[in-house]
This record gives sequence, structure tokens and C-alpha cells, in this order.
Amino acid sequence: MRFEGTDSYVATPDLMLAVNAAITLQRPLLIKGEPGTGKTMLAEEVAGALGVPLLQWHIKSTTKAQQGLYEYDAVSRLRDSQLGDEKVKDISNYIVKGVLWQAFEQGKPSVILIDEVDKADIEFPNDLLRELDRMEFHVYETRQTVRAAVRPIVIITSNNEKELPDAFLRRCFFHYIKFPDKDTMGRIVDVHFPNLKKDLLREAMEVFFELREIPGMKKKPSTSELIDWLKLLVAEDIPPEALRSKDKKTVVPPLAGALLKNEQDVHLFERLVFMAKHNR
Amino acid sequence: MLIDFFLHLKAKKLPVSTREFLTLLEAIKERVAGHSIDDFYFLARTCLVKDETHYDKFDQAFGEYFKGVTQVPGLEADIPEEWLKMMMKKHLTPEEKAKLEKLGWDKLMEEFKKRLAEQKERHAGGSKWIGTGGSSPFGHGGYHPEGIRIGGESAGNRTAIKVWENREYRNLDDTVELGTRNIKIALRRLRRFAREGAEDELDMDGTIAGTARNAGWLDIKMRPERHNKVKVLLFLDIGGSMDDHIKVCEELFSAAKSEFKHLEYFYFHNCIYDYVWKDNRRRHGERFPLWDVMHKYGEDYKVVVVGDATMSPYEILQPGGSVEYSNEEAGAVWLQRMLDTWPRAVWLNPEPERLWDYRHSIDIIRTIFGTRMYPLTLAGLERAMRELNK
Repeated sequence: MRFEGTDSYVATPDLMLAVNAAITLQRPLLIKGEPGTGKTMLAEEVAGALGVPLLQWHIKSTTKAQQGLYEYDAVSRLRDSQLGDEKVKDISNYIVKGVLWQAFEQGKPSVILIDEVDKADIEFPNDLLRELDRMEFHVYETRQTVRAAVRPIVIITSNNEKELPDAFLRRCFFHYIKFPDKDTMGRIVDVHFPNLKKDLLREAMEVFFELREIPGMKKKPSTSELIDWLKLLVAEDIPPEALRSKDKKTVVPPLAGALLKNEQDVHLFERLVFMAKHNR
Repeated sequence: MLIDFFLHLKAKKLPVSTREFLTLLEAIKERVAGHSIDDFYFLARTCLVKDETHYDKFDQAFGEYFKGVTQVPGLEADIPEEWLKMMMKKHLTPEEKAKLEKLGWDKLMEEFKKRLAEQKERHAGGSKWIGTGGSSPFGHGGYHPEGIRIGGESAGNRTAIKVWENREYRNLDDTVELGTRNIKIALRRLRRFAREGAEDELDMDGTIAGTARNAGWLDIKMRPERHNKVKVLLFLDIGGSMDDHIKVCEELFSAAKSEFKHLEYFYFHNCIYDYVWKDNRRRHGERFPLWDVMHKYGEDYKVVVVGDATMSPYEILQPGGSVEYSNEEAGAVWLQRMLDTWPRAVWLNPEPERLWDYRHSIDIIRTIFGTRMYPLTLAGLERAMRELNK
């Protein structure tokens, strides 16, 4: 199995190599990068390209490692017992399978996405060490051991809000998706808008990268914002000339709201435009 | 042979472990990557480096190491012919291939080796090397004469050597850049959750245990929700020599403001004396006596002072040393008093750490603070937050 990128996802050679290393050596792959660079999408695309099922586990600040394995639904059991239900005698009726369990019992390759692992408690990754290493765990309630017949491909994303423990990092491959340069960005846009007019794209990209260069910007626009903006430009049928006005920054680009998501940024930008107009 | 490489990385202070090294060897054995040094660079990085802040260090170490290796004379000549043939086949169009067949492999190889020998240093753009449309027998591929790459178009101008020589990840090195988001992450270290206050969350484990004890009768237990309980007092030096550092202080301030629920901030000038203020425009009208501040905020507050500590030593050590008014007690006395009230305190200094030794006033304040002075960089913030968390 090799991942070579897909029709709808542009993967740089280094990213492909990292994914393939993870697939071949069957280790988890940890992905970091600026928001909006397609970290979560990677797992979907890998699953799609390899034609295997994708199991997603989105992490929140309250998520516990145990929930990925299984949960013992004590409340239902309690209720059933008070109602005198027959089901209550078998504890396995109240074991709810988690994402990892579901993946382990597939019996064929699958992709597990552990999304935003840094959101969880600091101990969360440590609690999964053995499970991800050996791909097996023990269910105490029913005294059975669940083992993966075929090791799934594990893709983990992080937004860098917490540092991950060293022991966890040592077991993973790591890749940092850096912000695409102009060429790669051109290919990404091509994938999303195959029929976009060349000149519109060129103008739009220039505006976009200029915006990213403005110092003091609180939230720089990212790939997904560029895509949204282009969508709007196409929908509104804005001609490339409207973006041009080559005497630098004298005009606010149309529909800039799709790119600037922070009122302070909009304000900063408008002030710059104003100053440029008055040549100060 | 890669053991040297591994030890080299280790010597360059990259946190690499034996386990990761073995993974790299395994990956090479499994032929995950191709045979070019670009592939090896990416593979080694993905195996050995687990934090983008180390990318820059890795790039430098990698460049250094492989420059050494590629400088070994005669290395280029060792490239096996079979491999060259394969690479060229892969990257040439059928027409070119046909043309090449006519020339014959042997002749071509000779030509190729001759060029290798000619080329002494790295050369990125000469037409002789990156020929287009047949001016060079090596087709449209770029070529790094360090015996590295006979690349196809996919490499473009983004070959790995460019990556590591440009040091594209320099910005992520945590000794340099400070952005609001980065600061937030650093400050987040300080966030601590504790349970306190009203009971408003179902305590599942407690309920189950309680119910079991009641022989099955439901006994619901509640517990308080978790809150961000860290309290921070921020003192900011303003004006004078601090003007150079306004931006970075602003970033720190805005990041801290959104990160902590209990944050109080005060301004001071150069050193802290009897008074601090909250609004810099009305600094003379609206002043807060430091005694009041000390009484109001208990010792559970953590104190962060931001200032360049650059002033005349008299301003710290002498009564009446303040540049603004005649203070009865010396700055040093007030600083000590602060530290007695709030034992958890750090001083963040936007001046680069290497300059500290040359400024007497910095040295004095650092001594008063018991060396808990940190540079206002990400790494410095991390250290400061770790100190506050102890």
C-alpha cells in the first residue's frame, strides 16, 4: 500500500514519504501544522486513496483514553437492574465499543484518525502508549483481550496547544505541514477549481500572499480561507481587473471578509489602505 | 555508517533517542524512501525530529554532516551505473530516450561523469546543467552536483537541499519568534485546573459507588466543575527604554489577557516604587499605592514583571532615585517587599539574554529576584512558566 496523493488533495513529496513510512512500518503518524493546512483532511484522503474504512475519534478537553477503547455503560445497567430487565445479567451488554476497538476487529486494514490530540488532558497520550504500540488491550469487565489482527494506520493531529510526552513522540513518525508556497498553492487551487481563469487566480494569489505578509496580523488567512474566498469570487463573477489596481494596496479587495476573520485585522488593513491612499 | 550521523545529531543537542534511530534504520531497510538524499532527508526528519521547533537545528546539523560526506573526493564517481541508468530512464520522455538509445549508454555515462568532474561547487541554474528541450543530454531535470539528485520536474526548486540550506523553519525555533498564539501556548503551561465552588457536574464514579453502597437505590453525587484557577498579576514597564519593546509586550499582554480569568495588570516606569498605575494616559491622576495592591491581592497570585531593567543603578538602590519623583524608599526595598508578598514571581526581560551581563542594573534586579529573570522569548516564557508552576 502506498499513498501518492489524490485528485482532491495535493500532498508534497515529504508528506507522502511520511505517510508511506507510517504505512510501511505500521507506526502512528503525528501531524502538526498551521490551522487550515489540511491536517484532518489527510486522514480522509489516505483512507480514500487506499480504499479502506476511516474511523474518526475527535478529542475534546474531557475525552479520556479509555473512551477510545470501550466504555462500561453503568447507568443503563443500573436502570435495567431497577426495572428488572433480563439483559442485566450479562455485563457484555453494557460494554460500548470505542473507536480503537472497532478498528481492531475490522480484520482488514483501516485508518484511525485521532483528531486534535492536544485538546485532551496532558496524560491522555501516555494512557494510549501500550494500546498504540501493541495494538491490543484488555477488557477487565469481560476478561477478554482485544487484539488487532491487522494493524490499522493511525494518524494523529495536533494543534500544538500542549506538549506531548516524549515517550509518546518516540513511538510516532512526525510531520509538520508547513504553509504551502505559491507553486503548491497554485496546485491546491487547481484541484479545487479546475476551470478557474488563470489571470484571476494569479491576481487573487498575489492579494492573498500580500495579506499574509502584513505585520501585526492577528490571524493570517490560511489555505481554507483562500479556497472560500475564491469560491465567493467565482460565484460573484468578479473580474480579475477588480483585484488588480497595481498602485499597491489602494483598494480593499472585494469580499475580503472571507479572508480576514478578526475585526482588528480588518481595521488594521483598512488603516493601511487609507494611509497608502494618502501617501503617508 | 549512520551511527556517526546519529551521534552528530546528538552532539548538536537534538533530542534523538536510540529507539527513533532504530526506526529510521528499519524504514531504510523496508525501502520506504528512494535512494536520493532528498528522500533520506525527509525520512530522517520524520523519524528523528518530533517537534517543528527542532527542524531548524536538524537542518543545520544535516547540512553540516552531509556537506562533510559529499566533500569526500571521488564520491561522485562511486554512483553505480545501474542506478544512473534507472534514474535517467525514469525521468526522460520517450523521444529523449530514443535519442539517448542512439547515443548509447556508454558514451552517455562517460559524458555524465565528465560533467561531474568538471563541476566543483554547487551550481543551481546554469543552462549546462539544467538543460531544457535537449540542450543537455540530461533532459529537464535539475541536478545537484554534490552527487545528490538527478531530479525530475516534481522536485522543481523545492529540493531538500534548498530546504535545509534556506533554513525555512528558522521562524519556528523557539528562541526567536514571538506571536500572540505562540505566547498563548507558552502561557498555557500556567493554566491549572482545580475544583472549587458550586456543585454542578454529575460525579459518575461517586454516584455508582454511592448507589452500590445503597444496595441499588440511586444516589446521585454532584461535584464542582473544573475552573481555570490561576491568578496572575502583571506589572509592565512602560516608556523610556521600553519603547523598543512595545510590540512584543503588547503581544504578551493580549495573549495573557485572553488566557487567564484572574489577571490584573499595572504599569510602572523603570523600577517599581510606592505607586503603580492602570491607565498610562492618566498615570499622574490615577495612581494605586503598592501597599494597597499588596493587601488586595493575596499570595496565591503569581507575579510576572515585564521590564528591561535597564536604568541607572541609583534608581534601584538609592531612596529618591526615581527619575519621576522623590521616592522615600529605594526601589530595591519595594521589590523585596513584593517578593515577600508574592513568593511566586518572575521577571521577563525583552532585552537579549547575552546583553544582561553588561548592564549593572539588570544584574542587581536579577539578584533581587533570585535569578528568576527570563528573556521574553518563547523558550524564556516556557522556563518562566515552569518556574511559576513549581
